[in-house]
Amino acid sequence: MKVKKFLAASVCMLALGLGVANAETFKWSFQGDVQSLDPHGLNETFTLGFLGNVYEGLTAYDDDLQLQPGLAVSWENTGPTTWIFKLRQGVKFHDGGDFNADDVIFSWKRTLTSGSDMKGYGARISGITKIDDHTVQLETPAPNPILPRELVFYYMMDKEWSKKHNTIEATSPKSADATATYAAQNANGTGPFILTERQPDVRSKFIRFDGYWKDIPTNVTEVYFMPISQGATRVAALISGELDMVYPVPVQDWKRLNSAEGVKALTGPEARTIFLGMDQWRDELLYSNIKGTNPLKDKRVRKAMAHAINLNAIDEKIMRGAAVPAGLLVAPQINGFDASFNIPYAYDLDKSKALLAEAGYPEGFEIGMDCPNNRYVNDEKICQAVVGLLARVGINVDLNAQPKSKYFAKVSPQNGNDTSFYLLGWTPSSMDVHNVLFNLMSSFDTEKNTGQFNYGHYSNARIDEITGDVEKETDQVKRQNMVAEAFSILKDDVGYIPLHQQPLSWGVRDGISLSQRADNVLDLRYVIVDK
Amino acid sequence: MLKFILMRLLQSIIVMLVVGMIAFALFRFVGDPINNMVGQDTTMAEREALTESLGLNDPFMVQYGRFILNAVQGNFGMSYRLRQPVSKLIAERFPATLELSLISAFLALALGVPMGIYTALKPKSFFSRGFMTLSLLGVSLPTFLIGILLILFFGVTLRWLPTFGRGEVIQLGWWSTGLLTASGLKSVILPAITLAIFQITLIVRLVRAEMQEVLRSDYIKFAHARGLSPRLINFSIALRNTLVPVITIIGLQIGSIIAFAIITESVFQWPGMGLLFIQAVSEVDIPVMAAYLLLIALVFVVINLIVDILYFVVDPRLRVQS
Repeated sequence: MKVKKFLAASVCMLALGLGVANAETFKWSFQGDVQSLDPHGLNETFTLGFLGNVYEGLTAYDDDLQLQPGLAVSWENTGPTTWIFKLRQGVKFHDGGDFNADDVIFSWKRTLTSGSDMKGYGARISGITKIDDHTVQLETPAPNPILPRELVFYYMMDKEWSKKHNTIEATSPKSADATATYAAQNANGTGPFILTERQPDVRSKFIRFDGYWKDIPTNVTEVYFMPISQGATRVAALISGELDMVYPVPVQDWKRLNSAEGVKALTGPEARTIFLGMDQWRDELLYSNIKGTNPLKDKRVRKAMAHAINLNAIDEKIMRGAAVPAGLLVAPQINGFDASFNIPYAYDLDKSKALLAEAGYPEGFEIGMDCPNNRYVNDEKICQAVVGLLARVGINVDLNAQPKSKYFAKVSPQNGNDTSFYLLGWTPSSMDVHNVLFNLMSSFDTEKNTGQFNYGHYSNARIDEITGDVEKETDQVKRQNMVAEAFSILKDDVGYIPLHQQPLSWGVRDGISLSQRADNVLDLRYVIVDK
Repeated sequence: MLKFILMRLLQSIIVMLVVGMIAFALFRFVGDPINNMVGQDTTMAEREALTESLGLNDPFMVQYGRFILNAVQGNFGMSYRLRQPVSKLIAERFPATLELSLISAFLALALGVPMGIYTALKPKSFFSRGFMTLSLLGVSLPTFLIGILLILFFGVTLRWLPTFGRGEVIQLGWWSTGLLTASGLKSVILPAITLAIFQITLIVRLVRAEMQEVLRSDYIKFAHARGLSPRLINFSIALRNTLVPVITIIGLQIGSIIAFAIITESVFQWPGMGLLFIQAVSEVDIPVMAAYLLLIALVFVVINLIVDILYFVVDPRLRVQS
């Protein structure tokens, strides 16, 4: 088997050496490495985006996050809960195996195994029947209008390969030994790049897959991925010409990149919205000088806070004008976005003070705030700005900024949402508004799993009802009307205080053209190296 | 002698056990590893199940006991962050750290000792003052800053040397070496200098102080009175007596070079154990942190033991007492 692999690799190399006279190499860096190469191992954007160059789903996103066919050519909603997917013919895995209906069924079953982190997606399907080698029928437990969208990151693995390497179950972080994690260290997908070498934290090498089914813009034949954890070193490696592309670039280094020769900063709005949440369920705040009552339960107080925060100042002073102030928890790139609700609460100190006085806190109050300091772009600085802004209306904030591991351990439901006021960022993994309704806007409910990231337990019965309906509604107009109603309720309740869409921050060498996707994913399919 | 070594070994084991226990007691304060191991869509119940199956709900003494039980059987568990056996990761990273540390130690000795002697012999010369001023800078500038400055100057402005990584490596059995390739040698220069600077300043100051002390002693005065050449006195008599405490300190410093390579490694993305550890801390990768801390404790314990034995051999007074 080893010999075969070696032969195959030699043939590939030969083909590269002879067929493509000038091999185009592309070297890039991110702040960390992926935890696992198992496509079902970790449901996280960078990991799935990285693996998207090797593995593919039935559907795919183009460089503008628009849904397009992937390994399925077409799909059809044949009944309320049944879908027919026609699979692409002639697709090969990197090891030469054919892609067919059995692989779809196998991959689905694999996502349901105990080590999988994609169980949530797996559970959107209740059964798959093979109609013929290239047609499958999917059953969903309930009508699901966005099923094709939810299949993008649902990567297909080869049944034969997985069997051969004894990796028919998803590898999990609790695996006991190295043999149990074969798929976490090796990859065999249908995507445009083959992983040929991997040293975690040091270097991963990819070569172009000659048998790729689709004509794609890239002219890159060889890719090196070399993670660098320190921002300053990452930027230095780009400017010195050792790398072609790095991200994220610290915001304060944009000027330096743009003034340096041969490189530039590439920025744009990310699909991630940064917002503030407030404890709206405890009868007394955990961190406040107000005892016996919870001021944040009073809508007027929440509104006063919203009107005291100057989003433009935060954008200009801290995000160097690259953030997009937001009035909604969903960004324009998200399916279900509605521009008419995206107007932020106006910055109005007089109104804010008046509302506080009306609520019985003319002198303001004290409150503790939790904030991560290594999770979002300039997260701690944003929190410091919020502290300064709220002080102007008499709300004295005691800021507790910590690394993400400690921050999430404190504010997460596992620890009883130990917070009064916090900063969080959110990109819906499905790129659909339902994910936001479900995780952030719905009431916290451990039975239904809703509101898991609703750390402040904002709750509105009508929004809960809408969330359930939106999930099932297949009529797009009706669905959007319900979403609009939920947005309007949330806005009126001041359930959250949206701040902005944070900027994407990439650094690119001149002569490289690529597309900067709003979910912060680098798709190698669009990377073109100038000769 | 044998009894002494056995006693020392026993003490060493106790030291390591205590280090492990303190480490486990502190892990609770580093944060929650689970959030870094699952995606945002993972349900609370699944997160709870993972926490439970990793044994993270147990009291720290239980977690510690389980770790020690597995460790004595050679099983250090799986890294949460890289999903590979910790022993494999550390074996992969150890050569990188050791090569870097030894080159730094060599640099520190090769530059530090002569500079120290020179400043002791000619304390008022222009160069001595220069060395002492530089060593003050070396002590006070943080390693991180030195590393970044070197990167900016030699990597970005002059473009002579790589800014990160270890270059191409060659496998010699399980040992990976970067010292046999041009890119590997180029890559090691900046991190080795960064790591060596503090040690150089330390050695310069140590050698200088010790040498000045020795030069003031009676036997040196007698040697001068006897009419021996200054060269013989300085390098044969004074230097030898100076080096006894210096060697002790340097031995211990090798341990701390390995341990303090953390910052240098993370600035230069040098794929050693220090980088592995610092990333383990930020992602709360408990198995890696535990194994690394024990390994560093072991390094110190072994070096201490060797130094103790050397003392025993060198200093006749110790033998008489025992």
